[in-house]
Amino acid sequence: MKKQISLWQEFIKGLWEINPSFKQILGMCPTLAVTVSVINGIAMALATTFVLFFSSIMISMLKKLIPSQVRIAAYIVIIATFVTVADLVMKAKFPELSKALGPFVPLIVVNCIILGRAEAFASKNNVLRSALDALGNGAGFLIALVTMGGIRELFGSRTLLGYQILSDLFNPLLVMILPAGAFFTFALLMGSANAFTNRKNKIARENILQKYQKSTEKILNSEV
Amino acid sequence: MELLIIFLSASIINNFVLSYFLGICPFIGVSNKVSSAISMGLATTFVMLLTAMVSWLLYFMILIPYNLEFLQIPSFILVIASLVQFVEMVIKKVSQPLYHALGIFLPLITTNCAILGLALLLSMRNYLFLESIVFGFGAGAGFTLALVIMASIREELELADVPKAFQGAPITLVVAGILALAFMGFAGMI
Repeated sequence: MKKQISLWQEFIKGLWEINPSFKQILGMCPTLAVTVSVINGIAMALATTFVLFFSSIMISMLKKLIPSQVRIAAYIVIIATFVTVADLVMKAKFPELSKALGPFVPLIVVNCIILGRAEAFASKNNVLRSALDALGNGAGFLIALVTMGGIRELFGSRTLLGYQILSDLFNPLLVMILPAGAFFTFALLMGSANAFTNRKNKIARENILQKYQKSTEKILNSEV
Repeated sequence: MELLIIFLSASIINNFVLSYFLGICPFIGVSNKVSSAISMGLATTFVMLLTAMVSWLLYFMILIPYNLEFLQIPSFILVIASLVQFVEMVIKKVSQPLYHALGIFLPLITTNCAILGLALLLSMRNYLFLESIVFGFGAGAGFTLALVIMASIREELELADVPKAFQGAPITLVVAGILALAFMGFAGMI
């Protein structure tokens, strides 16, 4: 049996190692569409995390009961139920936010992050691990959305969370608020994430190579 | 005239992919080759047309008269999923060449957020039956247009020398951003 990683690792891996937006490239539509401001990003990520958390627990509990032929349909029904809950609560408690997010709250149903985690993780692991995995992935999604929203709001309207940060001397870059800005920002973020990972891998490879060289030198020396 | 405006608005001005960000996954995933982009676009347009009709009937004939609007999300997704399954079976039985052209893309379409987005938008905007059909057709045409343009650019892009970190998805997103800027030029049309 595969050695299981610790519960903390289960949570933390979603933040960066398998970050749903940057590494798995899942759930692109909300990442691009709602991140005009930080607050929209936070609301979207929290709604998604809510759905992800409860549907992961539910699916993990029901994994023995659901026949594998109809599992996708069953997952979608479970997810749709929680999305309805999230949508109705948001409409009742935060009508303005719900209006700003538009159809993207109901569209959490087809967000691939949720179905992806259900299929890849919750259907194979126990309830506690699935819950932690869901929280980790939700947090990773939150990080991505807040970064996107922060950059776009800062350069597009000079504010962060509604407070003015940059002075009036700075001309707001209108393009950042437009759809095109979303594509550019996300491309830059993903490119930097890739560059960072490439460098880390390269350093790790060189370290291993050096160690190997040293050990061979030792063997050679001892033989001489 | 009204219908023409709805069609133009859905297909070009408020393009589903480039200004609503619906259906980004297939837009990035299936835009490697022009031929597969065309097949994917046609399959999506076909499903969008059917979805527009069925979800209009479901929402305005069943859910609203019986005060069941809260069931909108689960019922839409179930109807769309079974519709796609049904279409796949019919095409397989009726026309083998069409099945080979569209078949593999059909299951992917179920989780395409453009389809569910279309159903939600037409119920939000209270379109009439004919209007929603035109809306569905326009959205499909716009999706196909964006996908085919993207695929043609990416075929050329294969020869370009892209920095290592930007290969794959990031450079595709940059191209999509430029396309979105170009499509903004249509904004003044209406």
